[in-house]
Amino acid sequence: MSAPTASPGPAELYRGMRLIRVFEETALCLVKSGEIVGGIHPYIGQEAVAVGVCAALRADDQLTSTHRGHGHVLAKGADPGRMLAELAGRENGLNRGRGGSMHAADLSLGVLGANGIVGAGAPIAAGAAWAAVRQGLDRVVATFFGDGALNQGVLLESLNLAALWRLPVLFVCENNGYATTLPVEAGVAGSVLGRAAAFGIPAEAVDGMDVEAVRTATERAVARARSGAGPSFLECRTYRFEGHHTMERRVRVNYRTAEEVESWRRRDPLERCDPGAGQRAAIDREIDQLMAEAVEFALSGAHPDPAGALDHLYADGLRPRAGVLT
Amino acid sequence: MTKLSYAKALNRALADELARDPAVCVFGEDVGAGLSGLTPGLQARFGAHRVVDTPLSEQAFTSMALGAALAGLRPVVEFQIPSLLFLVFEQIANQAHKTSLMTGGQSAAPVTYVVPGSGSRDGWAGQHSDHPYSLFAHVGVKTLLPATPADAYGLLVSAIRDPDPVVLFAPAGALGVREDVTTELVPVPIGSARIHRPGEDVTVVAAGHLVYDALAVAEELASEISVEVLDPRTVYPFDWAALSASIARTGRLVVVDDSNRMCGLGAEVIAAVVERGTPLRTAPRRVTRPDGAVLPFALGLDRALQPSREQLRQAVRAAM
Repeated sequence: MSAPTASPGPAELYRGMRLIRVFEETALCLVKSGEIVGGIHPYIGQEAVAVGVCAALRADDQLTSTHRGHGHVLAKGADPGRMLAELAGRENGLNRGRGGSMHAADLSLGVLGANGIVGAGAPIAAGAAWAAVRQGLDRVVATFFGDGALNQGVLLESLNLAALWRLPVLFVCENNGYATTLPVEAGVAGSVLGRAAAFGIPAEAVDGMDVEAVRTATERAVARARSGAGPSFLECRTYRFEGHHTMERRVRVNYRTAEEVESWRRRDPLERCDPGAGQRAAIDREIDQLMAEAVEFALSGAHPDPAGALDHLYADGLRPRAGVLT
Repeated sequence: MTKLSYAKALNRALADELARDPAVCVFGEDVGAGLSGLTPGLQARFGAHRVVDTPLSEQAFTSMALGAALAGLRPVVEFQIPSLLFLVFEQIANQAHKTSLMTGGQSAAPVTYVVPGSGSRDGWAGQHSDHPYSLFAHVGVKTLLPATPADAYGLLVSAIRDPDPVVLFAPAGALGVREDVTTELVPVPIGSARIHRPGEDVTVVAAGHLVYDALAVAEELASEISVEVLDPRTVYPFDWAALSASIARTGRLVVVDDSNRMCGLGAEVIAAVVERGTPLRTAPRRVTRPDGAVLPFALGLDRALQPSREQLRQAVRAAM
């Protein structure tokens, strides 16, 4: 059990968000240049959620993430160079290039994994939280998911089990308004908070563009979970400034108006966070330097040897038959 | 010497592992009551915090087991109905099975999934009578199909100790089998076949409850054909070395397989043997469920779609 850490100040919150923002902008460039294959789901616009939540977590707390997970993984402390190397499919990536953008994980930091299936992380988080209780730890497990996951049965099952067994889970709904292109009001009957209320889980909506607000709400939820009182549910109202996925830059879709995007951009969480007098430019320079080093590290990493494509398939080293007789 | 039933053997394996390793725990429906025969007495002995009755939320508790495994536990998940595995295919095949590779080896996923009563159970109809071991072998989940009480004990112990996800199918047709146990029950290595009856003329590959059908047919035909009965015990990984050695002796191959014909275990066994150019004196045969079989309710219809002893007899004769 690690000692409680001092709550991060505004400069650290800003720094965390700036790191994610520049990381994602860098990743977008690398998608364009072809260094990152398959594209990404950019987190730009939602930085206050990942940073605010993770600022209230302890180093030994854990989380499960989503297809739009870069922010969560970085906010929990992942090395940006190794994260970028993972996106670029390099051997020096977090997952040795075996996971990529949608499966980035760093078990040593409690990042149990991003996930390619919407809602799939919630029961994994509940199971890790159940194990923590059994192991006598006062660990909390956060699970991030989007508004789209509110209509996945397994998420509702997980809410029920977490409430029933008073598990130390923090359900963080990042309501960015759209499940890919489907507006939340076209997908969710009842209300977002009503989902949690139905299971007797305390739920509150928070301005997901305000990192301090997210952090403060998370601290209440974490305190409740750590005390043994059970799960909480946060609806963080946020917005992604970019498309659902980088392929949206090629496929023209028209589900959000320019005015709507602009109105949310005016609420940019980085602009609304004051890191302190004279801090912003210094932090920006520091992050630029950090990301330059991250790019250097990532792109100098070796591409995995194709002979190792089945490495790690089985933890006991079982080598399956090849696809063709040799 | 004691008579050990198949169900009791599974129960004893689980009890021994719960006692040996505090990380072992059980999730499932009605496991406290021991309704399926896997867990009777275990909740009273080990506590409701280790033998956990779950609500009817298969998808959530299956992935909860994965989450608990990532946190260092060794969960066993029980499914009362084989077709529930279709409901949790995402949680097993897409989440647990992919964990080790996708994390680049950062984390193993030691979860055991047990179906005490897979395949037809007479009168349970279309949604309770599947036997989907070939499906799990296809995606690469370690897949166990023990035929005897001692093997059920040994393979369940090995599954729980294994660092990877493992599915163990206990065939409904074998759950009532009782066996004289004369030696100490021990772990059975995953991936190791067993010859139940040596023979010289033809190798019959049979797993699970079909081992008993194969042995009965072998006995019936003993005066005319010497049948070797090879039980892979593990569907995946398959013991190819044992099969090659057997065919080297007999030169003939028949597979009896309670899967649908298309892409089933029988298809893979024959393809693997033929592909390697293993010399066979006659064309290999297989006896399976038909393509795309859905077991109808009426008993005669249910039986009509499962591999029968008569079909196996004919297949063995045809292979001669």
